[in-house]
Amino acid sequence: MNIVFILLPFALLLGLGFLGIFIWMVGAGQFDDLETPAYRLLFEETSEETKKKGNASDDNGT
Amino acid sequence: MTTGREEFSYDDRISRDFVVATLFWAVVTFLVGMVIATQLFSWRFNFNIPWLTFGRLRPVHTNAAIFAFSANAVFAGVYYSSQRLLKARMASDILSRIHFWGWQLLIVLGALSLVLGFTQGKEYAELEWPFDIAIALLWVVFAINFFATIAKRREKHIYVSIWFYIATILTVALLHIFNSFALPVSFLKSYSVFAGVQDAIVQWWYGHNAVAFVLTTPFLGMMYYFLPKAAEKPIYSYRFSIVHFWSLVFIYIWAGPHHLLYTAVPEWAQTLGMIFSIMLLAPSWGGMINGLLTLNGAWDRVKSDPVLKFLVASILFYGLATFEGPLLSIKTVNLLGHYTDWPIGHVHSGGLGWNGLLTFGMIYWMVPKLWKTKLYSIKLANVHFWMAVVGISLYAIALWIAGVQQGSQALAMDTVTHRLKFPDFMATITAILPYYQMRALGGLLYLVGAVIGVYNLYRSMHGAVQDEKTSAAPLSGKVTGKGHRFFEAVPLAFTLLTLLAVGVASFISIAPTFLASDRAIVDARIKPYTPLEHYGRDIYLREGCYNCHSQMIRPVVAETLRYGAPSLPQESMYDHPHQWGSKRTGPDLARVGGKYPDLWHFRHMADPRSIVAASVMPAYPWLETAKMELGDLSNKLQVMKHLGVPYNDDEVRTAAELAAAQAKQIAANLQVQAAGQGSFVGMEDKEIIALIAYLQRLGKDGVKP
Repeated sequence: MNIVFILLPFALLLGLGFLGIFIWMVGAGQFDDLETPAYRLLFEETSEETKKKGNASDDNGT
Repeated sequence: MTTGREEFSYDDRISRDFVVATLFWAVVTFLVGMVIATQLFSWRFNFNIPWLTFGRLRPVHTNAAIFAFSANAVFAGVYYSSQRLLKARMASDILSRIHFWGWQLLIVLGALSLVLGFTQGKEYAELEWPFDIAIALLWVVFAINFFATIAKRREKHIYVSIWFYIATILTVALLHIFNSFALPVSFLKSYSVFAGVQDAIVQWWYGHNAVAFVLTTPFLGMMYYFLPKAAEKPIYSYRFSIVHFWSLVFIYIWAGPHHLLYTAVPEWAQTLGMIFSIMLLAPSWGGMINGLLTLNGAWDRVKSDPVLKFLVASILFYGLATFEGPLLSIKTVNLLGHYTDWPIGHVHSGGLGWNGLLTFGMIYWMVPKLWKTKLYSIKLANVHFWMAVVGISLYAIALWIAGVQQGSQALAMDTVTHRLKFPDFMATITAILPYYQMRALGGLLYLVGAVIGVYNLYRSMHGAVQDEKTSAAPLSGKVTGKGHRFFEAVPLAFTLLTLLAVGVASFISIAPTFLASDRAIVDARIKPYTPLEHYGRDIYLREGCYNCHSQMIRPVVAETLRYGAPSLPQESMYDHPHQWGSKRTGPDLARVGGKYPDLWHFRHMADPRSIVAASVMPAYPWLETAKMELGDLSNKLQVMKHLGVPYNDDEVRTAAELAAAQAKQIAANLQVQAAGQGSFVGMEDKEIIALIAYLQRLGKDGVKP
């Protein structure tokens, strides 16, 4: 049963230590843009699609 | 043009494998559910085979729903969407394979062990300790693979789905390990280190969060990926999805004690659980609305696209279940609903409505992508959809009616005589049997719909199966300039913040109970079970009696009149694990000791209908022929002693002899009570005697409030 007294404070300390890092990361910009990620999800391209587009833009270029 | 872009492919095989496994286990889970739903109104449906009795099959069904159907669906969705959101192939194909095959093996062996009666007797966590360790190891394999993939991702921003997955992986690990603390007696037999009130709190802290972090957070993560994909529109409010995530993570973990309202856990813990459960309504409904509004401008497609139909209906069921949950967590409502079939209906609105429909919607969307093919039949998918929706609706409505009737009849008092209005427990059960049949019909519709769905999907799975190739720019100094190392650390930070949220809440809600010492209220009148009673208790656990019988009398007049004085915390202080139960298909047993003669129990176990004509309980005639195996009883008591149960060394050493002596006495009692009607010679070494000893002990230790 004593494991409880070790386990909980341990999880707590570990979490606390990295809370600082989290706040730091917010400062580093992870949350700056809350619009484009929702759209980016919709634009997953396979290699074939990328190539097609590449060709298309080449065609336009010439 | 292509400078800085890396060519790579996704591991789609792992998603395909998990999709197939999900479909297989879905049918198995629903089938077992159908069997036990039928047993409730026709006990004969266990064919008089011990392995198929309700008490053993119900844990198979619940564990299959969580670990086989839902978990496989989650893995399928997580492997598919994470790779695409992170723009990276899974870190290790080998770890993915180990995860897949290990998990399937675990499910098969686990189900077998439950059917054979190897159980820890903890609801929703019945699997014995070797399986608990295997689950933990496989979970770690999954976690390593997942976090390593995050580390090598090519997309700086971590989409909200990934956070939901991170929370899932961490919290499930924590909950599972914590709740599974047990001391083994042998391979496949162990006792929970927690007892009584502590065990109940830990158990429902785990139990509720299994719902939260296996059946909710990962499915929300999948909703935030697959719904925009299928609707071809971004989520209505990405900002709100982040609020949704953090509020759920902070609030969910506190809600566990709502499973223990009016029980012997401290009042403050109950109130805490109730308040946080009610608070959950806000983020949950926010999430539901966020999902539904995403379809603005695409509602016309819901008519024609079966994927969107499934997803929209699942989100509506999420709304229903997350309204019902807080409602049932209000103490007065819970007084009516607890121990009835209402919570069973509630969990199926969630399980079949939210998880089931989302899973099928997701799979209908994924299969054409993963097999580079088209859905075999849109018409069949629509048939599946309507059968599922009608099925789960019938199911939920039947159990609402049944539950409210059970609850109100159990509590109804005659205002003139101040007696119970419905003293006969069986009258209530008999009255709700038609609703059990209606529920089974609903389940059957859902099952048949699923079978049609599986057929449809099977016919679709014949395209080219290659991994999808793609390209993306790596996350490196070249691209992002300074600071990329910081971003690498972001997932870790989120991870740990989630852990923190969960950890703090857990600590504050659980720690006081422990810190106040193990057995806060030591009551000298409470004695440990005798060796024979302990052996009988193991049979009670093995047969899963707690699936239908509670051992917790709530402090209200109707319960007191029906079952006796309210249960006190100290009465279960030696119960590793506790057996308070959560459902009364049969009456409460907390004070059944001494209520009937030994012979009553003997005949009742052999054929319940010989005593209670309308009984729906299975018969257990094999307990009269199965011999007790007292060989390792000393070891069992030694483990209990180690856990703090005050047995002395003599008792431990001579456990088998003490048990045999008491058994002889009970066999003699039977002979006397039978008054010549039948012979009990040779009965003294049979399992039934130990079970009678245990039942006759319940509530006998002279504790009255």
